[in-house]
Amino acid sequence: MKKLSARRRHPLAALVVLLFALAATGGLYAALAPAPKAQADDSAQSLAIDEGKRLYSVGCATCHGMNGQGSSDGPSLVGVGSAAVDFQVGTGRMPAQQPGAQIPKKKNIYSQGEIDQIAAYIASLGPGPSIPTKEEYSPAGADIAKGGELFRTNCSQCHNFVGKGGALTDGKFAPSLKGVDPKHIYEAMQTGPQNMPSFPDTTMPQDTKADIIAYLREVDSSSSKNPGGFTLGTLGPVPEGLFAWVFGLGTLLGIAVWMAARTTKAKKS
Amino acid sequence: MSTTTESPTRRPATHPGERIAEWTDGRLGLYKLAKSNMRKIFPDHWSFMLGEVCLYSFTILILTGVYLTLFFHPSMNEVVYHGPYVPLQGVRMSDAYASTLHISFEVRGGLLIRQIHHWSALIFIAGMIVHMMRVFFTGGFRKPRELNWLFGWSLLFIGMFEGFTGYSLPDDLLSGTGIRFMEGAILSTPIVGTYLSFFLFGGQFPGHDFVPRFYSVHILLLPGIMAGLVAAHLILIFYHKHTQFPGAGKSEKNVVGTPLLPVYMAKAGGFFFIVFGVISAIAAVATINPIWTMGPYRPDQVSTGAQPDWYMGFSEGLIRVMPGWEIRAWGHTLVLGVFVPLMIFPLVMAAIAAYPFIESWLTHDKREHHILDRPRNRPVRTGFGVAWLTVYFTLLIGGGNDIIATHFHLSINAITWFVRVGFFVLPVAAYYATKRICLGLQRRDRDKVLHGRETGIIKRLPHGEFIEVHEPLSQQQLHVLTAHAQPRPIELGPAVDENGVARRSSPVAKIQAKMSEGFYGEGSNIPKPTAEEYEEITSGHGHH
Amino acid sequence: MSESGSHNDVSENLPGEHGARGSEPAVKSDPFANPGLPPHEYRRQDIDERSAKHSERIVAGLYTLSMLGTIAFIACFVIFDIDKYVYIFPFGHVSALNFSLGLTLSVALLGIGVGSVHWARTLMSDEEIVDERHRADADDELRENIRQQWITGAKESGFGRRRLIRSTLYGALALVPLSSIVILRDLGPLPRNSLAHTLWSKGKVLINSNTNMPLRPEDVAVGSLTFGQPQGLSEADEDFQDQIAKSAVMIVRLKPEDIQDKREADWGHEGIVVFSKICTHVGCPISLYEQQTHHVLCPCHQSTFDLSDGARVIFGPAGHPLPQLRIGVNADGNLVALGDFSSPVGPAYWERP
Repeated sequence: MKKLSARRRHPLAALVVLLFALAATGGLYAALAPAPKAQADDSAQSLAIDEGKRLYSVGCATCHGMNGQGSSDGPSLVGVGSAAVDFQVGTGRMPAQQPGAQIPKKKNIYSQGEIDQIAAYIASLGPGPSIPTKEEYSPAGADIAKGGELFRTNCSQCHNFVGKGGALTDGKFAPSLKGVDPKHIYEAMQTGPQNMPSFPDTTMPQDTKADIIAYLREVDSSSSKNPGGFTLGTLGPVPEGLFAWVFGLGTLLGIAVWMAARTTKAKKS
Repeated sequence: MSTTTESPTRRPATHPGERIAEWTDGRLGLYKLAKSNMRKIFPDHWSFMLGEVCLYSFTILILTGVYLTLFFHPSMNEVVYHGPYVPLQGVRMSDAYASTLHISFEVRGGLLIRQIHHWSALIFIAGMIVHMMRVFFTGGFRKPRELNWLFGWSLLFIGMFEGFTGYSLPDDLLSGTGIRFMEGAILSTPIVGTYLSFFLFGGQFPGHDFVPRFYSVHILLLPGIMAGLVAAHLILIFYHKHTQFPGAGKSEKNVVGTPLLPVYMAKAGGFFFIVFGVISAIAAVATINPIWTMGPYRPDQVSTGAQPDWYMGFSEGLIRVMPGWEIRAWGHTLVLGVFVPLMIFPLVMAAIAAYPFIESWLTHDKREHHILDRPRNRPVRTGFGVAWLTVYFTLLIGGGNDIIATHFHLSINAITWFVRVGFFVLPVAAYYATKRICLGLQRRDRDKVLHGRETGIIKRLPHGEFIEVHEPLSQQQLHVLTAHAQPRPIELGPAVDENGVARRSSPVAKIQAKMSEGFYGEGSNIPKPTAEEYEEITSGHGHH
Repeated sequence: MSESGSHNDVSENLPGEHGARGSEPAVKSDPFANPGLPPHEYRRQDIDERSAKHSERIVAGLYTLSMLGTIAFIACFVIFDIDKYVYIFPFGHVSALNFSLGLTLSVALLGIGVGSVHWARTLMSDEEIVDERHRADADDELRENIRQQWITGAKESGFGRRRLIRSTLYGALALVPLSSIVILRDLGPLPRNSLAHTLWSKGKVLINSNTNMPLRPEDVAVGSLTFGQPQGLSEADEDFQDQIAKSAVMIVRLKPEDIQDKREADWGHEGIVVFSKICTHVGCPISLYEQQTHHVLCPCHQSTFDLSDGARVIFGPAGHPLPQLRIGVNADGNLVALGDFSSPVGPAYWERP
């Protein structure tokens, strides 16, 4: 302890304390943050709807009611369609960890087979948009430029020019679309999950949805071209300004210090 | 070839370079100019390079800007894009936007020059802010340099609009949104707003005129004014000679440093290439303003994260956090929600511009100052500067509230409220905190002068007492820590004059005296050690 | 001492000669006196020729590097196609041309810059020189001289005496700038009431911006968001941008029981309500619609409107609600406007009632 106290005025002491405090805060957060729900059981398949109902009663009924009629904790699922189930469960948003302004996506704990079973059960409660086929959402052959125009009219106001996401009211946000399965993008447009409005086929036909997906794949995937170099997140001028200050002016100031520093003097002998 | 000179005793020029110099001297008086400038002394300090960062990025902006004008079409004629960038093929856009795409994708090196141009602009204005803060906190604006302070300030102010007009030229969705904001702001002006807007845009928004009009403002009008101001700024720097920090051998009457030829010329000339080189490297690796991702401007489309470039961020913050006040009466609307921030924006800038004049008014200081202040020795000024920066950066947070909200998982409404309250509270808190810190540092300086430097060496005296060894300061350090003047506040004088007649002080004089007391009164300065105090302590009266 | 510091003054550099170099004369008793410039210290390069040679090689090496940089720049310009992309960690798939040109240019410039600074720092004299300053203002003699010249000139002009000339000159100078203002008149037309009207009028069909087809009420689902424009407006129109800037609308459908504002419900059709897409703050196309809260947020300055309550402002800098477009259904079953907006769209302005 004495040793510690003797070194408290060391120039690096503040840094050590800071690192320690950060580690402690992080550790506490990790310890106190709620852990993911237990794995759903992985039983064999039988009749899809019956099996789906069973899965539903285990994972979903607490909030959405025994028969999908909804409760104070979750909306009615009658008529939302299988597409909504596939999106919500497939992206890990449902079952929700905790109620809140927005249910974020997380690791999906169901297999696609189980999701299809739950979807089949929900679809049996009332007619609604069904899970799209690959032909419907596939970006192959779609018009990328048309998709861009549609994206800027319908989507970029929340999701940014190239789908990087953005802020909504009171802590809600439009998520980034990078790496999202085209099927899920299609379903999101069709069903309007959470606070996102829906863009049903009646107002945004299936082929225009494919155009949007094609545009997104062109500009916002890991193979997208960044002609100018590092994109800084394509978030607009805020990161650009930060970069100019830190790396531009920062580098130049460092060089200025070097230029004005006195050259090493010869040792007196 | 004749080399006849007017004076027969004059040594004939031998070297070709000398002959050119002679020729020029005979016409322009070159040698008289060189006499006082060739070996001009420039003090060496890293913070004196900040202005050079600005000068060189301005030069780079002109060089790259001229290149861009060779390819850019300042026209809002509608065209259909058929260039190589697939996601825009077949899309309708203005010629301005199409030519910017052309520069980016079809002109070899065009994208690089565009990126150098834009990065330079951001660094130019960032450099001006930091340079201005250096001058502010060290009191470099005092007589005889007040006018140069105003020239520099004008460069910053005009530079912001120069940047804004340039950002608007490509006519992409992001910049168009900025122009739309500008239109709304102009419309909010009482009585003449709609007229101003229609004259600026040549009719209804967006019309077909603003790109060519902004173009001539961006490449001709504002850079012309700025080039004149830069020249005036530099001439005054040469004329006044550079300021210097207090130090051994430095006084108000001299300037100590290295000569223009050769050292400063090599350093300053080299620094131009360094600035250009660093910005080129940044433009090589980092995208700026990727207009192709944004699409052409359409007044019915928008993207989230719509922001101006950083230097307009504080005005964006003002606009975002202002409550939506509107007064409607007698068939008219007074749009306070937009007009008030529009008016505060120049006031925030003017506050810092006017400061030197306020300070000299409060000191009655008519002397020239060439030795810079250490910021701690002017606690009120330093506090004011930090308060100003606090306002500035709080508003920057307001201007980027949506990006901050998504990246720190905060509520945009909470950030807005934070800025609303912070705009009033934080500068006051920053002022007092800074002043306290300055006074603390002054106390430490005083202790150091009187008792020497703490060495950290603990010594045990023969009778068992432990003491820390204090090392006396060198003569140079003693001088630096005591070189500053401590002005006395202006006093009103006795309320009754020597004849017993009551004197009346004007209210202005009272305010002046009150503020002067705040600046230089007891609460704002720790008296620096006097020679007597020093002698008394060092002549052996105890150690501590 | 001459105006430019001279090298012959080195002897004055010696310590101990307080104030000898232009600083104020030191008071003997002042413990804080300016000690004067410290003696010049030599660098290794000043006394050791090997060390100086080493610096020289570094500088020359940097200049050579710059030459190589320029050659590489030209080579890259010739070699790389403009549409060639390369993957470079961590920047992604970047343009080979932009990346290589920028870096080679940077090397060419930094070589010169760093070389010159290194040259100045290690090989040029680093001896500090003192130069005197001179006051900016004139001495009394010059001041008096200038005053006399001014008085003579003023007297000769008769400017003070001939008041008629003076007043008319002031008048002329005051008036002449007016022509430069008047000549700007044709910058644009007068606003008149063009801000108050849009293309919408009674019977105009709502066109879906995605499909360019008329919208039918049954197309619009609860919770959906659709953008519309008036029938007859085409992207190819000369004034398309001016018109869409005012007449863009968003179409949403709420459950009729969720609509709190009676007028809003009346102006809609079975829960379908149509509002201007142009924010009433400064005109951004507002459309960040949250279908559960019925809030719509502006991405520019975060004005928030409640679409279930007459588009009332609930947060942010906007000063009045979004104008609503009154709609109905025509004989073909399409949604139509029943008139123009109830109030001017977009930002407020002085003449706005």
